[in-house]
Amino acid sequence: MSDSPIAVEQHGPELLHHFVDAEQQRDAASLGMWLFLATEIMFFGGMFCAYLIYRYAYYNEFAAGSRSLDLKWGTINTAVLICSSLTVALGVRAAQMGKRKLLVILLLLTIVFGFVFLGIKGKEWHDKYTEHHIPGHSFNADDLVRDYPQIHIDQQHEQIYFSLYFAMTGLHALHMIIGVGIFVFLTYYAWKGRYTPKYYTPIEIGGLYWHFVDIVWIYLFPLLYLIDRKPLG
Amino acid sequence: MATAAITAEREHYLNKEYGIRSWLLTTDHKRIALLYLISITFFFFVGGFFALLIRLELLTPAGDLVQADTYNKLFSMHGQVMIFFFLIPSIPAVLGNFLVPLMIGAKDLAFPRINLLSWYLYIIAGVIYIHCIVTGGVDTGWTFYTPFSTAFSNTKVIEAGIAVFIAGFSSILTGLNFVVTIHRMRAPGMTWSRLPLFIWAHYATSIIQLLGTPVLAVTLLLVVFERAFNLGIFDPTRGGDPLLFQHLFWFYSHPAVYIMILPAMAVESEVVACFTRKRIFGYNFVAMSSIAIAVFGFLVWAHHMFVAGISLYAALIFSILSYLVAVPSAIKVFNWTATMYKGSISFTTPMLYAFGFIGLFTMGGLTGLFLACLGIDVHVHDTYFVIAHFHYIMVGGAVMGYLGGLHFWWPKISGRMYPEGWGRLAALLVFVGFNLTFFPQFILGYMGMPRRYWQYPPEFQVLNVLSTAGSTILAVGYVLPMVYFLWSMRYGKIAEDNPWGAAGLEWKTSSPPPTFNFDEAPEVTWEAYNYEEIPAPAEVPVER
Repeated sequence: MSDSPIAVEQHGPELLHHFVDAEQQRDAASLGMWLFLATEIMFFGGMFCAYLIYRYAYYNEFAAGSRSLDLKWGTINTAVLICSSLTVALGVRAAQMGKRKLLVILLLLTIVFGFVFLGIKGKEWHDKYTEHHIPGHSFNADDLVRDYPQIHIDQQHEQIYFSLYFAMTGLHALHMIIGVGIFVFLTYYAWKGRYTPKYYTPIEIGGLYWHFVDIVWIYLFPLLYLIDRKPLG
Repeated sequence: MATAAITAEREHYLNKEYGIRSWLLTTDHKRIALLYLISITFFFFVGGFFALLIRLELLTPAGDLVQADTYNKLFSMHGQVMIFFFLIPSIPAVLGNFLVPLMIGAKDLAFPRINLLSWYLYIIAGVIYIHCIVTGGVDTGWTFYTPFSTAFSNTKVIEAGIAVFIAGFSSILTGLNFVVTIHRMRAPGMTWSRLPLFIWAHYATSIIQLLGTPVLAVTLLLVVFERAFNLGIFDPTRGGDPLLFQHLFWFYSHPAVYIMILPAMAVESEVVACFTRKRIFGYNFVAMSSIAIAVFGFLVWAHHMFVAGISLYAALIFSILSYLVAVPSAIKVFNWTATMYKGSISFTTPMLYAFGFIGLFTMGGLTGLFLACLGIDVHVHDTYFVIAHFHYIMVGGAVMGYLGGLHFWWPKISGRMYPEGWGRLAALLVFVGFNLTFFPQFILGYMGMPRRYWQYPPEFQVLNVLSTAGSTILAVGYVLPMVYFLWSMRYGKIAEDNPWGAAGLEWKTSSPPPTFNFDEAPEVTWEAYNYEEIPAPAEVPVER
């Protein structure tokens, strides 16, 4: 019976015509998202590879650049993202249990955390701008040379660290912006009551994306901020 | 009269809806395949136009048709258009898009809207690239090598980079759709060991698209950032390493060759089995060799950089690995040949392309082994030997596969037969023209003519004239199918559901297929390529 063409008409509106049943549709969506995350790993992987090579070659400059970042804001941002992952996970649970209001609140909280993260990131970027640490013609790392007389710092090589810093945090921030966009969309449809305990795949795969972007930050934070924080002896 | 009435009544994917909206907003994989067919044909002729200008310039030793700067732009844009806008999407996005759901008994790809999105991304990328061409073009070579592309070139590198980035996104989404579809959408009874080899090869292709393309994407983005925002990741004046760019670039761009050739091998397996009326010899080996090519293909990239300053030990390892990738390719060639042994071979147009493919791919592959050898590579690196080698793979292999496949499935796609005589003539012209164009380039390269120069010493002229002459024959061979395919859409003989007597689910539905592919959900109870159970059709000429 379920195989016959007539059965196609019996499913709910959220099941697309070309799937046999809701389970197949959910499996396909979730496999698709995992594959997409694999491509994302390769995408960031290119930059992590560049980071690895240059950090090995220009360790002193990387350590000095890392020290010039504000540990306080970096830590707060890490905490913000971990909290946002919690609200996403709770949101998926709320969707499974069919608690519409709770789901909307948790999604909105996630969006707020996303904006807080981006705001702090913007502030940190602005700090780098005022310190002349943006690569290019006006780059100037005299302050680092002054602050760490114990180690040799090549100003040209220092630009490599900051190039990677801006490329990696910039592309991460772009992923955050896309994530916030997705969550605005999810919140709207959650508010309209589209997601039920039987159909909450978009929340689940949107959540997977959000967790992935968080995990990228979990790697970026120690690699960029915590290279060498020991007091220089 | 009566038959005309019946055919007019039957509803299929082409006549279900009319009007521009029904095409531009379609989520039907078959219609999207046709959208791709039209758009990549356009880019094929754009790229071909550049190729002809290159060949015309090289007709004489002096740089008389174009200036050096223009010539740089011509070969750069020829390469970028042909690779990113024609070869990479060619078979997967047209034939794969059309056939993957049909062959596994699904109603559509897993994500029909993402499929349409991937076409729109391709079109956006194409529009940006066309804008780049008409506003001055790009002269970095197709490879975007730094620091030339980041610091010295005064052409539209940013635009070209963004266009290729977006086209890459389109390619990723196609690959993602295929992998999910093959995993999750197979009809009951369609087990992995019953999948057509077309599906296996597309699965392997999709894996490369998924894992390779993002690396190219981020690399080109870093080049764009370097030009636009003055970052210095590949800038040697700041301690950046251009070799790192080459590593990242070739990490994608070598496997990209397998994105082009694996789908051609996919077509090959279907065509050879059908026109020898035999099960493919060593099904498991052919299937697994596709996966092996995808895996090994990721481990050979630095053979493009033997003379770029990588360490000798790295070069040795990459040389050995490059030899290894020839093994699964050879398995395929031997198995196709073994399939033909004692088969009932019919010399139809698709089969002629298949023969051409096997011969040309073998030559391209074997000369690849020359290049994988460190000593010879130092001698012929950046010469026309390399040009001839990869054109044997990409044009002799991938384009032959594409054309062969297009002929083979044209009755299914359009519901009409193409004119067989013209088809055979075009296949012959392509084969002769191709060899005349590119074989002399092996000799030129071995004699030391470097690539990417707009003029050359007079002693190379005879071979260059031969090559240019061949390219005009090749051009005729390429224009002919376009003409008679268009002609056949109106005047061709109405195709039967299975005109070749071929195995495979796609031939069990009507030609052209209905919108949801099958009138009844198929259930597979037979093995792939069960040709002993299928009678050969009367009109296919069988010669023993």
